[in-house]
Amino acid sequence: MKNRSNLEILQEIQEKKNYIPLDYLDKICKKYKISKSKIFGVLTFYSQFTIYPRGKYLIRICEGTACHVKGSRKIREMLENEYGLENGKTTPDMKFTLQIVACLGSCFMAPCMMVNNDYYGNLDVEKAKKIINSLK
Amino acid sequence: MKFRKIEDFKDYCEKVRKRKRKDIRIKVCITGCRAKGAIDLFNEFKKREDKEIEVIPTGCHKFCSGAPVVKVELFTKDYIYQNVCIDDIDEIIKNSKKDKPVERILLKDKKFFESQVIKVLKNCGEINPVNIDDYIYYGGFSSFLNVIENFTPDKVIEELRKSKLRGRGGAGFPTYKKWEIVKNQISDEKFVICNGDEGDPGAFMDRTLLEGVPFQIIEGMLICGFTIGSNKGFFYIRAEYPIAILHISQAIRECYKYGLLGKNILGTGFDFDIEIKKGAGAFVCGEETALIASIEGKRGMPRPRPPFPAEKGLFGKPTCINNVETFANIPIIINEGGENFCKTGTEKSGGTKIFSLAGKVKNTGLVEIPLGTPLWKIIYEIGGGPIDGRKIKGVQTGGPSGGCIPVEYFNTLTDYETLAELGSIMGSGGMIVIDDKVCAVELARYFLDFVQKESCGKCVPCRIGTKRMLEILERITKGKGEIEDIEKLEKLGNYIKEVSLCGLGQTAPNPVLTTLKYFKDEYLEHIILNYCKAGQCKEIVYSPCTNACPAGIDIPEYISAIEKGDFIKAYEIICNDLPFPSICGRACYSPCENMCRRKDIDQAVGIRVLKKFVCDYAWKKGMSLKDFTILKPEINKRVAVIGGGICGLTCAYFLSKEGIRVDIYEKENELGGTVKKYIPEFRLPKKIVEKEIKDILNERINIFLKKTLFENLKLEQLEKEYDAIFISIGAMPLFYNEKNNIYDGLEFLKKVKEGKKINIGENVGVIGGGNVAIDCARVAKRLGAENVYIIYRRTEEYMPAHKTEIEEAKKEKIKFLYLLSPEKTEFLDGKIILILKRMGLADGIDKDGRRKIIEKDEKIEMKLDTLIYAIGQKTKKKNGTCRWN
Repeated sequence: MKNRSNLEILQEIQEKKNYIPLDYLDKICKKYKISKSKIFGVLTFYSQFTIYPRGKYLIRICEGTACHVKGSRKIREMLENEYGLENGKTTPDMKFTLQIVACLGSCFMAPCMMVNNDYYGNLDVEKAKKIINSLK
Repeated sequence: MKFRKIEDFKDYCEKVRKRKRKDIRIKVCITGCRAKGAIDLFNEFKKREDKEIEVIPTGCHKFCSGAPVVKVELFTKDYIYQNVCIDDIDEIIKNSKKDKPVERILLKDKKFFESQVIKVLKNCGEINPVNIDDYIYYGGFSSFLNVIENFTPDKVIEELRKSKLRGRGGAGFPTYKKWEIVKNQISDEKFVICNGDEGDPGAFMDRTLLEGVPFQIIEGMLICGFTIGSNKGFFYIRAEYPIAILHISQAIRECYKYGLLGKNILGTGFDFDIEIKKGAGAFVCGEETALIASIEGKRGMPRPRPPFPAEKGLFGKPTCINNVETFANIPIIINEGGENFCKTGTEKSGGTKIFSLAGKVKNTGLVEIPLGTPLWKIIYEIGGGPIDGRKIKGVQTGGPSGGCIPVEYFNTLTDYETLAELGSIMGSGGMIVIDDKVCAVELARYFLDFVQKESCGKCVPCRIGTKRMLEILERITKGKGEIEDIEKLEKLGNYIKEVSLCGLGQTAPNPVLTTLKYFKDEYLEHIILNYCKAGQCKEIVYSPCTNACPAGIDIPEYISAIEKGDFIKAYEIICNDLPFPSICGRACYSPCENMCRRKDIDQAVGIRVLKKFVCDYAWKKGMSLKDFTILKPEINKRVAVIGGGICGLTCAYFLSKEGIRVDIYEKENELGGTVKKYIPEFRLPKKIVEKEIKDILNERINIFLKKTLFENLKLEQLEKEYDAIFISIGAMPLFYNEKNNIYDGLEFLKKVKEGKKINIGENVGVIGGGNVAIDCARVAKRLGAENVYIIYRRTEEYMPAHKTEIEEAKKEKIKFLYLLSPEKTEFLDGKIILILKRMGLADGIDKDGRRKIIEKDEKIEMKLDTLIYAIGQKTKKKNGTCRWN
């Protein structure tokens, strides 16, 4: 982990552990003599990082402009109401984590979402439900 | 195989370019289309590869609304297929072997590509993005070879200067200048950064380039490194683009393998390494100083400039940071030469620009057009115009930093300066089209919410100012706004623009300021009337249909009553808000259905027909409006209603319910106005109108017929006598010059309805494109005319008439003649000779989004028995006041 910037260290930890456990971060800081306050500053700045364990499926729902004007809000509300998902939170069974993102660059098929690294486009409430149910 | 000499690599390129390819090449987009199952599709195609067929995974084919898109190159011609599914594969292969297309799934809207000038995206969708030989086959790396063999750094900069290339990231800084500054810096180390942090919601051209033509961008960076004297380049790509990161890293690996990156490239002594840095989800990192901070591993916060990154950038060293699209342009400029390159574009900026077109248009996808192309061309021609039945209201360019440009300005040429004049920006090229179902206030709130969340918090105006603006906007969208809020927003917006530290803050108020400028009426409607026209602001909109209904009927409630089988309850609900349910059930143009959410999925709920059914049912059961009319105790007030049409009667009815005595004054000798006089019997039978009028009247309503305002009815007198006066006298015909079988549309309809004799003859012409014109034509047909022509000066898509009416008329064999406008009429042997001018579509659109028309030289003569003008009504104006003062 030497020669890596703080940002990259955090990215690596998150990739490995799926989240950033604070005690693990402590160890890294001690080992490589990194200032804890600095790395915590970076950690809290970027929305990608989380210090809470994430679910098996990371659902990224796009609220970009195109998705917004095509009604992504209704899909988010459905996820909130029917699956109890909340932005940045994970369900108690550790299955789903919801993240609301600004744009997935798939505006041509708005509204869209990503589950882990797969894109799903031209959604409506029913389609989104089907996709989520198929993950169970 | 690593090439250590230029000659070796050139020989290899020659060899690659001479390779014979298979006869049929099937190119499947596996990037953008992936979300629609393109990977499975590609794998299925791949299984069918044989000695004739080659299946190639490619980048985007640009026409994203047809995803998954497949291009098939045959012996003679190329075909683009849209919405391809696995079941289509066999047919595509079978037909391709016969050199034939599969018509069924061919690209439908050919106009999408017609007006585009595809240069930067030329290889996108053609080549396998991660196959270096494929790139070489299509001419790749020839620019870099040319530069490294024949150019000095100064010559590269000279070509760039001639090309008039300006930064494609948004600000439009001349690229040659930036490169020159970095080149002239004296430093032991310099950096090249490719800014792929496309954070603008609504933009996806950088993603497409990164995924589709990674080598082209690397080539651009190599040329940049050579020119400015740098040995190290970085890609900064946002984490939300995993495919882009994958393709770029594979492409970089290939380049190292071939010796195109690394130490002593092709034996020239030029060293260049490229590394990828991933973003971590922060919009502000698209700002160059914040991006640099992020690469350094710090919080992505901007810092004041100067010093500019060109002087002091990454790790304090001179840094040339350009957008993805800018780098992708470089190899093209070198190949074409700067002078040729700038032949496309405007005087101040050369070349093409890629826009990502999305939102409420038919065709979404990537659009590459010369700079200076008017907006309407992009939106109406390439984009195919609005989604059925909707009306385009404006376009948001430049994402959250840009502004919303209304349709009145769509003749504007897209260029850095012209968009800035309108208060927007070109930005990186996102274009989101909005229509009448999108609320301008809500859109402004959305963007502000976005920048508010993404503000890094370093400077006060951006951190706190946007928060305050957001609070005001939230208040307005909830119907709790105050009229002073508008001024506050303007003031605050301008402050933030002036004093913020970086581009994010300086542009953050743009969406609010432009919507305030161009859609102020929507803000006022929210604040004063608590009304959201678009039906989007949840807190003040009950349901889109009720919101759109001029009478505000509780539509969801009565439809659910119908669903339960309680038709009488449904009738009661309708009667609560509307005293003429049967007339509305037949003659309303149903704005509710136009706004129906279901319409976005398949078809609108048939609200009007349901209403008609409920009324017919209630009448059959002997019910009427009277059963639900509860008159409150009388109060001592009197109101005069002038005009006994539907509007006046409705007013009188509701006032009488409240306990007020009403006197109705009507010019004619019967009540009912337009509805009774003009709407043809086959659409609305007279007896229904008469029954509904009878049900409305009660003992508190007195009627005075044959009373005309200003003639036998004096306003001064009424003012003395009544507590209030309600004037509902409608509009008057614009054209009224009846002679020799030439009629005004409304007068014609009235005469027929009154049963007066009309000698219609064999050939009838109706001029106009509205509902009255259609009514006249259908009535004329019923009177026995053989040939009825509707003559309209535009094309069908711009006809103001209701679409179902047009369909009905067509079924009745009424002929539609488009792009014709009347010039004069003559009379010969009792016939009318109508001389028509041929019209043509002109460049540009009018303020309603309709294509402009011009007169052509061609004249057409028609011999008619009857001619009807149905060209609209207006209240006549005198000195700026209406006829009634």
